Amino acid sequence: MTLPAPDLSGSIDMSHGGGGRAMARLIRDIFLRHLANPLLDQGHDATRIDAGSGRIAVTTDAHVISPLFFPGGDIGSLAVHGTLNDLAMAGARPLALTAAFIIEEGFPLADLDRIAASMGRACREAGVPVATGDTKVVERGKGDGVFITTSGVGVVPEGVDIGPRRLRAGQAILLSGPIGDHGIAILSKRQGLEFGTEIRSDSAALHRMVADMVAAVPGIAVLRDPTRGGLSATLNELAGAAGLGMQLDERAIPVRPEVASACELLGLDPLNVANEGKLVCICEGEDAETLLAVMRAHVEGRDAARIGHVTVGPAGFVCMTTAIGGQRVVDWLSGEQLPRIC
Amino acid sequence: MCLAIPALVTELHDGAMASVSVGGIAKQISVALLDAVAVGDYVLLHVGYALHRVSEEEARRTLAMMAEAGLLQAEVAEMAQTTGLAGGAS
Amino acid sequence: MKYVDEFRDRDLARTLAAAIAVAADPARDYNFMEFCGGHTHAIFRYGVHDLVPANVRFVHGPGCPVCILPARRLDDAIELAERHGVILCSYGDMLRVPGTGRRSLLKAKADGADIRMVYSTLDALDIARANPGREVVFLGIGFETTTPPSAAAIAQAQAEGIANFSVFCNHVLTPPAIRHILEVPEIDPAQAARLDGFLGPSHVSAVIGSRPYEFLAARYAKPVVIAGFEPLDVMQSVLMLIRQVNEGRVEVENQYTRVVTRDGNRKAQDLVARIFELRPSFEWRGLGSVPDSALAIRADYAAFDAEKRFALSEKQSRETKSCECPAILRGVKKPKDCKLFGKACTPETPMGACMVSSEGACAAYWTYRRLETLAEMAAE
Repeated sequence: MTLPAPDLSGSIDMSHGGGGRAMARLIRDIFLRHLANPLLDQGHDATRIDAGSGRIAVTTDAHVISPLFFPGGDIGSLAVHGTLNDLAMAGARPLALTAAFIIEEGFPLADLDRIAASMGRACREAGVPVATGDTKVVERGKGDGVFITTSGVGVVPEGVDIGPRRLRAGQAILLSGPIGDHGIAILSKRQGLEFGTEIRSDSAALHRMVADMVAAVPGIAVLRDPTRGGLSATLNELAGAAGLGMQLDERAIPVRPEVASACELLGLDPLNVANEGKLVCICEGEDAETLLAVMRAHVEGRDAARIGHVTVGPAGFVCMTTAIGGQRVVDWLSGEQLPRIC
Repeated sequence: MCLAIPALVTELHDGAMASVSVGGIAKQISVALLDAVAVGDYVLLHVGYALHRVSEEEARRTLAMMAEAGLLQAEVAEMAQTTGLAGGAS
Repeated sequence: MKYVDEFRDRDLARTLAAAIAVAADPARDYNFMEFCGGHTHAIFRYGVHDLVPANVRFVHGPGCPVCILPARRLDDAIELAERHGVILCSYGDMLRVPGTGRRSLLKAKADGADIRMVYSTLDALDIARANPGREVVFLGIGFETTTPPSAAAIAQAQAEGIANFSVFCNHVLTPPAIRHILEVPEIDPAQAARLDGFLGPSHVSAVIGSRPYEFLAARYAKPVVIAGFEPLDVMQSVLMLIRQVNEGRVEVENQYTRVVTRDGNRKAQDLVARIFELRPSFEWRGLGSVPDSALAIRADYAAFDAEKRFALSEKQSRETKSCECPAILRGVKKPKDCKLFGKACTPETPMGACMVSSEGACAAYWTYRRLETLAEMAAE
C-alpha cells in the first residue's frame, strides 16, 4: 500500500513537538515515509537488534551545520555518514543508527522532508537502518533550523584492536584521499565569502572500505576520520595520545587544485580544513602497499596516499617537510578558522 | 599581511566588475583600480579588488634568474674545485 | 603559468639554497628585516630558515596590520558595535584580537553585538544596501595594499548615495614606519636592532611602487630588495641582499618584477589621495606615536567617516602588561625573550597581537618553529 503524498506546504509549529496527533502525523508523513525499515517498524521505545558475536561499538554525534544544504550533501546525509564513519574508525561493522531531531518552529516542512529523504537514501546506500528516533520542537529563535543527533551501534570483529596505544615508531601514515573538500564546500556558501566552484563535500560512508581494509590487514593500528580541525587536529591528537612524533611530506598530501586555490584566496591551511569522507590509517610499513591497494579499489579511497610515518619523537609533535624542503611543525588549529586576508 | 593572489580575468561586466578564475575558483571582483583590463589578463587579487596586472614575461625572467643562480653557483664550485686540485698537485 | 606553484618548487629552492650558501661569507652575520607579516608567514610556513646558513638571520618587522593596531582603536570598534548599534564589518583577521581586558570583536559578537566578517569592502557595501535602516561601519585596517579597496568603497557609496555606510579608518603607511625603525637607534641606541638590509614589501609595493623606498638607500644606507611573498621569492631576495652587502652596494632592487614597478598603480594612488589625507601622527602598537604614518578620511568625505559620524568616548585603553609585543615588533626582541611566550600566551589564549595574527612573529614561532624555539629557550 502506498501512502498518499502528504501536504508539505506548511512549516513546523510547536504542536509538532507536543506529543499529540500533529506529532504523530509528522512522524508518519516525513520520517517513517523515508526511513521505514523492520527495526523502526517494531515501534517500541527501545528497538531490539540481533548483534551476533563480537564486541559492541557505540557512538554518538550531534550535527549542526550552516548552510543545511551544501554542494555534495545536506545535514541529513551528513548525520548518517558522520556516525557510520565513527563506528567504522573502531573497525566496527555498523548495525543500526538512531536519530534525534531538534527542529525550530517555523522550519519549512518541505525542507524537513528533503532532509529525511536524504537520510533515507544515505541509509539505504550504506545498508544500515535507523532503528529508532525522537523529535522535539523548540521556539523560533532557539534553534538554527534543525539539529540532528545520530547514535550508532556496531560490532567489532574478533582480532581487530584499533587505537592510539598501538602506535609505534616506524609505522606508515596513510590518507584515503584529498583533504579539505568538505570545509571548502561549506565555506563557498557562507555569506560574505561566496565563490563559485565545483568543489563538493566529500561526505561519504567509509564502513565498506574499512571492512575490506580490516579483512586484508586485521592488525591496522589506527583508523581516524579527520573531520573538524582537519588532518592536523587528527594527527596531533594521535601523536599526543601515543607520546610519539610524526613526520609528514607536504608534497605527498593530496589536495585538489580548487581546494588549494580557495585556501590561498582565504589564507587558510588545507591541513586545518574539515573532511567528512576521508580517513587516516596508521599501519606497519610492510602493510602500507596492501592497504593502499584496498583503498584505491573503492571510490572513496581512489586517491589514497602514503603521507608520512610515526617517529620516536619529539613526543606529541607532528612535523612536516615543506614543499620547498624546509621543516615546520604542523600545529592544531587555534580557535575558529577565520580568513586571513588583509 | 596583504594576502593577494594571481587571478585570470574571464569576463568583464558593467560597473568595473569582472569574473575571474583563481585556479578553478570563480569569483566576482572589482577592476575599478586598474585601467584597460582585458579578458585573459592575470591580475593580482586582494580583498575583492584587482590591484595590479601580473606580467608573465617578468615571471618567466624571475624563474630563469633563479635557475641561473644555480649555474653561477656551479661555476663557483667548479672554480673552487679546480683551484683545490691545482693546490693538491703542487 | 599560474604564478604560485612555480615559486614553491623544491629543486629551484635547492638551487637557491646552494647559491646562498656560497654567497654568504661565514666570517660575518647578515641580519635582514622582513618588514611584512606576509614574508614572516612565508618564511615560517615553508621553513626557509632550514635552507639558509645560520649566519643569515631574519628580523621580523612590524608589517602586520592586526599586530600594530593599538588596543584603543580596537576598543573604539567594539564601542561602535555595542553602544552605537551599528553593523560592524571586519576582515576575519581582526576578530580574535584582544583589546582592553582581553575583549575581542568575537567576544562582543557572542555578547550580542552585530559584527560581521567580510571578505571585501564590496560585501560591506552589499550589507549597507540590504539594511538601509541600519548604520553599517567597515573597520578599515591595513597598509597601502588594503587602502585602495576602502577608498573605492567610499567613492562607490558616494556615487550611489549609500548614506548608511561609513569607514572607521585605521589605514597605515609603510615607509614612515621603516623610517621610524631606522631613526630609533639615533635616539636610543639600546633600542636598536642591527639591520643589514630590508626585504621590501610585496603587495604594498604593487600599489606604491619601488620609488618610496629609495630614501632608505640614500638617507640610511640600507640595501633594500622588494620581494614577492612566495618562498622562492624570499630566497632569491635574500641572495640579492647578501650580494649587495658583500659588494658594498646600497640600492633599492626589485625581485618582484612580475607585479612591482617603480611607479606602482597610479590610478589607485590617485583615488587614495582623493579620499584620504595624512594624519599628523598615529599610535602604533610597538612603535608608539609615528608622525605622518597613517591616513584619515578627508573633510569632503566626512559623511563616510565613522569617527566623525559617531561620538566615540574617551577610554582608558590598556595593552596587556608584561607583553613584549612592542619590542618584538621593532625587531629588538625575539618571541622567546617574552616571559609570557608559550606560557600565559599561546594562540589559544593570546595576550598580545603578535600571537593572534598568524603573521605575528610570536604565532609564527609557536605554530611553525616551536621545537627549535623551545630548545633555544631550554638552552638559555
